[in-house]
Amino acid sequence: MTHKLSADNLTLIRGERCLFEGLSFALETGGLLLLEGRNGCGKTSLIRAIAGMLSLEEGTIYWDDVPVEKQRQTFHGDLVWLAHRTGLKGDLTLVENLSFERSLRAHSNRDPEEVYERLGISRLKKLILRSLSAGQQRRVALARMLLANVPLWFMDEPFTNLDREGRALVMELVEEHLDSGGMCVMAAHQDVEINAPMTRVKIQ
Amino acid sequence: MWKWFHQLASPPHFYRISAILSPWLAVPGLILIGYSAWQGLFVVPMDYQQGDAFRIIYVHVPSAYLSMMAYMIMATAGAIGLIWRIKLSHSVAAAAAPIGAAFTFLALCTGSIWGRPMWGTWWEWGDPRMMSELILLFLYFGYMALRSAIDDTAKADKASAVLALVGIVNVVIVHFSVEWWSSLHQGQTVFKKGTMDADMRVPLLLMILGFTLLFGSMLLRRIRTEVLYRERRTKWVREMILKSKGGA
Amino acid sequence: MNEAQRNIPGIFSGLAATTRRDLLLAWKRPGDVLNPLFFFAMVCTLFPLAVGPSSEQLEFSGPGVLWVAALLATLLSLNSLFITDFEDGSLDQLLVSPQPLPVLVLGKTLAHWLTSGLPLVLVSPVLALTYRMPVSVMGVMMLTLLLGTISLSLLGSIGAALTVGLHRGTALLSLLILPLAMPIMILGANSVSLAASNDIYSTGIWALGAYAIASLSLAPYATAAALRISNE
Repeated sequence: MTHKLSADNLTLIRGERCLFEGLSFALETGGLLLLEGRNGCGKTSLIRAIAGMLSLEEGTIYWDDVPVEKQRQTFHGDLVWLAHRTGLKGDLTLVENLSFERSLRAHSNRDPEEVYERLGISRLKKLILRSLSAGQQRRVALARMLLANVPLWFMDEPFTNLDREGRALVMELVEEHLDSGGMCVMAAHQDVEINAPMTRVKIQ
Repeated sequence: MWKWFHQLASPPHFYRISAILSPWLAVPGLILIGYSAWQGLFVVPMDYQQGDAFRIIYVHVPSAYLSMMAYMIMATAGAIGLIWRIKLSHSVAAAAAPIGAAFTFLALCTGSIWGRPMWGTWWEWGDPRMMSELILLFLYFGYMALRSAIDDTAKADKASAVLALVGIVNVVIVHFSVEWWSSLHQGQTVFKKGTMDADMRVPLLLMILGFTLLFGSMLLRRIRTEVLYRERRTKWVREMILKSKGGA
Repeated sequence: MNEAQRNIPGIFSGLAATTRRDLLLAWKRPGDVLNPLFFFAMVCTLFPLAVGPSSEQLEFSGPGVLWVAALLATLLSLNSLFITDFEDGSLDQLLVSPQPLPVLVLGKTLAHWLTSGLPLVLVSPVLALTYRMPVSVMGVMMLTLLLGTISLSLLGSIGAALTVGLHRGTALLSLLILPLAMPIMILGANSVSLAASNDIYSTGIWALGAYAIASLSLAPYATAAALRISNE
């Protein structure tokens, strides 16, 4: 099933600053939407606005050509979110955290053990998240993406706290996701290279 | 008619119209207040029960009435701003709050002065209407505190709109629960509605009308200031400032 | 990714999971649950210290003191309802989940009540004894606290949602919630006093019950709206 994420004339004002105006884009299945710009330019605000966490001054986001406001539940059922603040609980173990996630959104049939193996976190299963390093916690957050059965991935600065190996892993996972019919919106301040159709949006 | 309403919601338009409208409210308001005050203080005969002390109702009742009307305006304007995203509406709500709080405070003070001869003290905890009025003051303070605690104006508008709506429901509930409580403890109240003679009632109604008109004028002036501040970076404000500087 | 087999969990799944997670977190930090209880006990201790331990006074003021203490202890525990979620990004996750936010909020509020209101209700008889409350009246008191703390948790969640992440949010939270909480306290404390003087107290109980039901159906929506606004 193919999907389309598009936006028309987005304008956002935060505080007294106009972060961007008149922004439009279209993203098809299999593609990556890359939001680029320096730190503090408004990438995070933009990606949050697209995901539905910030209200826009003007403009509309469309999911499958229907405005997102009219189908919030469907849109949110089709996406999964990853950011610096991972939303995982430090006091709970990996398994406890991810089982909570399973009850929020559609989960895939992938074997969790395989996913943990792939991400290199199998031996960390029984530990509480607080005792893991930042990089390891990031990998746990990535497990959330893999275990969810949704077409649209949102990633806000997915490379922080990861070493080169970790960054390569992220790109690999994103490529696989795009290959199997998914889409991804990513905000990054570094350059990203990927083997898939990419739409760039640069914020000044 | 909707077109006129839409036009009114545009800040520069509103700014122009309110400048014209404001004196038309203030002047009749002041005249009515002056007339009713003269009537109430000097002409109307003494109340056989309460003597001259009752005359303060000519300030107390309009204040209490306006304290509640201001809250209604604040909550309604907040709701309109929240649902239909009309920015001017939020300015109305922000402007109404301090005026409403001031009238509430005035109502409490005049109520206290009125009650003193009858209660024997400056404050009677058992009086349900004064208690409701006091809680209303706390609601206003909470609203204004929330507004000032949030830096981003748009966010403050929305959050305080939610608070005001929750408060509206609460005002009704507070009123009934305080009445029940007061009936349990046989609270003393001097503010019996009862029937009032026509010659006492007419100045009171005129006073309420006068206060309302004055309130309207004050509200318009506050909204104008609020609008100016919020739109200070826009073109129309700059042009206006330049023009007035050039003219002066 | 299997489109054909997408199995989005139902509403109760989200409700149960949110409640369960918060309960699990509270279990791992028992201090968060115990502190408000100690506070409750300490406030009850303040009154005799301040106004004298005459048994007449104590018995008379018992219902009121216990209710004020319960209210203040609940306020204390409400602070942390959304703060950690706001700070660690869990709130973001809740906001972009397909589950209706009011339902998830209800789950959190339920967990909060189970770890603050309910313990208060269970501990209250002990303190009531020190205020020489007859056992027959204690039943009424526990009932009023049960219904009242439910409403307090629900209304308090609105205040907590409005002030999450604000500088000095704590003090502001109290300022916002106390006017909302006053009717609950009036109904609760006075019903117990009426019971103590063998008067009819059912009016207050019915009113508290109605309040609890009304809060249950309306508060989650207000809290959800406030959370969306505060998270921006």
